[in-house]
Amino acid sequence: MTTATANTFTAKAGWRTRLADNERLLWPLMLAPAILYIVLLVGFPFFLSLFYSVSDVTVGSRSMSFVGLENFRRVVATDTFWTALKNTLIFTIVSQVFVLVFANILAMSLSADFRGKWLVRLLILLPWVAPISLGAIGWLWIYDSIYSVINWTGQALRLLGPNEWPIWLGQPTLAMVSIIIVQIWRIVPLATVILLAGLTSIPQDIHDAAAVDGAGFWRRTLQITFPLLLPITLVAVLFGIIFTFTDMIVVFLLTRGGPYDQTQVLATWAFFTGIQGGDLAGGAAVSLFLFPVLVAVAIVFLLLARRSEVT
Amino acid sequence: MATVEARHISKHFDEVRAVDGIDLLAREGEFLVLLGPSGCGKTTLMRLIAGLEQPTAGDIVIDGRVVTDLPPRARNVAMVFQSYALYPHLTVAKNISFPLRAVGMQRDAIRKKVEWAARMFGIERFLDRKPRQLSGGERQRVALARAVVREPVVFLLDEPLSNLDAKLRNSARDELKQFQRVLATTTIYVTHDQAEAMGLGDRIAVLNQGKVIQIGTPQEIYGKPMDTFVATFIGSPPMNLVEEGASYVGFRPEAFLPREVGSSEDSVAFPFRVTRVEYLGADRLVYGVLEGRTAEAHVISKLPNNIRAEVVAGERYDFVVRKREIHRFDRNSGRHIDGRGDDDGNR
Amino acid sequence: MTRRPFKLVRIARAGGHAGILVFFITFLAFPFYWMLMTTFKTTIDLHDVSKNPFLFNEPPTLEHLAVLFQDTQYLQWLINTGAVGIAVVLITLALAVPAGYALARMTGPWAQTLGIAIFLTYLVPPTILFIPFARIIATLGLQDSLWSLVLVYPSFTVPFCTWLLMGFFKAIPRDLEDAAMIDGLSRFGAFVKVVMPISLAGVLTSIIFAFTLVTQEFVYGVTFITSASSYTVSVGVPTFLVRGDVYFWGSMMGACLIASVPIAIIYNFFVDRFVAGFTVGAVK
Repeated sequence: MTTATANTFTAKAGWRTRLADNERLLWPLMLAPAILYIVLLVGFPFFLSLFYSVSDVTVGSRSMSFVGLENFRRVVATDTFWTALKNTLIFTIVSQVFVLVFANILAMSLSADFRGKWLVRLLILLPWVAPISLGAIGWLWIYDSIYSVINWTGQALRLLGPNEWPIWLGQPTLAMVSIIIVQIWRIVPLATVILLAGLTSIPQDIHDAAAVDGAGFWRRTLQITFPLLLPITLVAVLFGIIFTFTDMIVVFLLTRGGPYDQTQVLATWAFFTGIQGGDLAGGAAVSLFLFPVLVAVAIVFLLLARRSEVT
Repeated sequence: MATVEARHISKHFDEVRAVDGIDLLAREGEFLVLLGPSGCGKTTLMRLIAGLEQPTAGDIVIDGRVVTDLPPRARNVAMVFQSYALYPHLTVAKNISFPLRAVGMQRDAIRKKVEWAARMFGIERFLDRKPRQLSGGERQRVALARAVVREPVVFLLDEPLSNLDAKLRNSARDELKQFQRVLATTTIYVTHDQAEAMGLGDRIAVLNQGKVIQIGTPQEIYGKPMDTFVATFIGSPPMNLVEEGASYVGFRPEAFLPREVGSSEDSVAFPFRVTRVEYLGADRLVYGVLEGRTAEAHVISKLPNNIRAEVVAGERYDFVVRKREIHRFDRNSGRHIDGRGDDDGNR
Repeated sequence: MTRRPFKLVRIARAGGHAGILVFFITFLAFPFYWMLMTTFKTTIDLHDVSKNPFLFNEPPTLEHLAVLFQDTQYLQWLINTGAVGIAVVLITLALAVPAGYALARMTGPWAQTLGIAIFLTYLVPPTILFIPFARIIATLGLQDSLWSLVLVYPSFTVPFCTWLLMGFFKAIPRDLEDAAMIDGLSRFGAFVKVVMPISLAGVLTSIIFAFTLVTQEFVYGVTFITSASSYTVSVGVPTFLVRGDVYFWGSMMGACLIASVPIAIIYNFFVDRFVAGFTVGAVK
């Protein structure tokens, strides 16, 4: 009896030591909780979203039935959808073009050494590192219809006529310009630090060699720096696109899509339809239009990762 | 003290046969060097002995006990890594005592052991420092102390001198040999440096492409190379090999001498056209071509400074090699053929 | 004489450099400067268009901050944010540390693919997931509860921190673990007793990022939480302090500033690590 107990005991202890040494068991066991969590909290909701988009589910409903592509048909038939799609594209493309130009200039200026660089970097990073919903509230005040500091400064500098008082968030085109400015403001710091990391990774030898070979500043920039920076620039652009195309915070807080849907983007419209309107199925259908861009970006990332693995 | 034996051991990584059916025995207290070019499998073989790799086939036997299925900690071996692998977050004292604490030794006993090991390597002054505050040579000593402290049955040393500068390396080599003599612990030492191998090893096992090509004393390896690989891998400059019919004729550069100094009744003459002479201080290297041969035969002669014979580039001389310094290798297999570099039961 | 043009060029270049920096600092940091000004201006001063808004036309005041802390639940929101942040950090570490290590040490072609796949899930935006989540949270009875955020936020902190930690662990030489195993530890013991203590910097970085990502999150917060006492800062300030057309500008700007600046400063110390994680090996 005692022998049997002792035996099972040693057998157990033996099994434990073997687990602690067995990489084939250890790695999957260590990965499993994280993967399970991600599958349950990213994978499952995503498929639920696909499922909702072909159903008639609402916030209060107990049952739901399959309606095929009805939701998509319904969504595409509205004018708001086309406005939102157009706005999303304009919002993304225009802001990212500016981000690319600004971030390149800024990263090059920051790559030089100068006094107070630390403080300059902190100030420049503020828009990215501070919570965006709070930063957006700051802009709400700057764009205020009555007390806008931009208008006051414009008048003080005689850039605006005495009766010119633009309502930044209230006039259709101006509202779009306003939210694009905020998005540029928010993404430039991220793109800058990414490009800066790329710039510092180019060995000084290459610059020296080019200088010895007689290349001037512009030649060096165009023929050495930019080509070498291309992959990292791509990374910066991809993140910019993801964070802009799928973002709803800036528009939601500054204009709520107004005036008259003139700044409505897909993400905000999905929120208004699905959460505030209670039409989960419709909202899910709208938000799924964000997905193709996500897939495209993911593919580019995979190609980038594979390339960096080869070299 | 223990013997270490590899029994027909193999390790394949996907298609690559890093270790390909090696049989090897390290005798009690022996200093055995595994020598070979990079990628020859010597490090993999050592990791198999340590238990850091699982063999594809075969067994590791330490002290007569099959340990193939035991984890590294149960094999009672100690290893010094090329990088030293000191734990950066621990002081020198904690580094050295790490193996003792891992087995739960008493505090007093640990302290005594650490002091003993530290004294042995002259690092008592550094016990409270972190590894990053030490020089390369000091780190190496800490790594050795950590290996010695629990008195393992086998030392495994993986190129422990290669991160030291050339000057330090010579003195460290000397010390290493001394410690091994004193402790008389079976030691397996991996290196790609033939000078290290010749200087340290009681025996050397020359590895290539996952196989042991030859095992023997440094004298045997140098004097009776089993095949053209060993002949050209050992020696600096390597053995001259000249095509002759179905075989290669091989002779060491230092055996290839001008007629006036090297001639005796059993020597063979080679007409030699000198192309370049390098003066290296202790000796001269004479580069040139053997004349009267179908294939261009580039050979080197190494003349110590006490040979004052005039040798000038562009001139033609008669050089000789004594018959017993000449080796013959089969052209296809590369094996030694005239019996002198015979197996001697070395494999 | 011949040096002169060079000197001029150099001055012009330095001037251009300074000009570029001044422009960007103005653009990027201005809203925070403006928050600072607004926080300490009297309401009358704020609402007087005829006076220069860049100056304090009346003495600075603390009345907005008093309102913020006495008449709103701002303090509660700060506490909520901290509590959610700590809970999410703990969950994230429990999941991401072992996963990151396993990914760093696994061999085989699919180890790298798996790592990238996990990273890509970080890119799945809340705006795709919040609709199904709204229903999931309701089904679990967690609506209006901070637990809903604790449950959901790891869905973006875990992928990112796993990826980040994987990079940290990969940089640790394997020799150390081999040495530890020979010195008497098991494979897992080598991870716990040798790798973990060396990786404290990496773990700390993950803690900072998990926490800051939580403080920045808005979409899930505004979707799941509807009662003011359960708001986090990033949701409470823009939703609760804006009431119809009545804006408490001074208090709002103060609220933004108090929450943003500490986070920004901490984050700033670690931003290089963040970028290293972002660049997915495109920078060596």
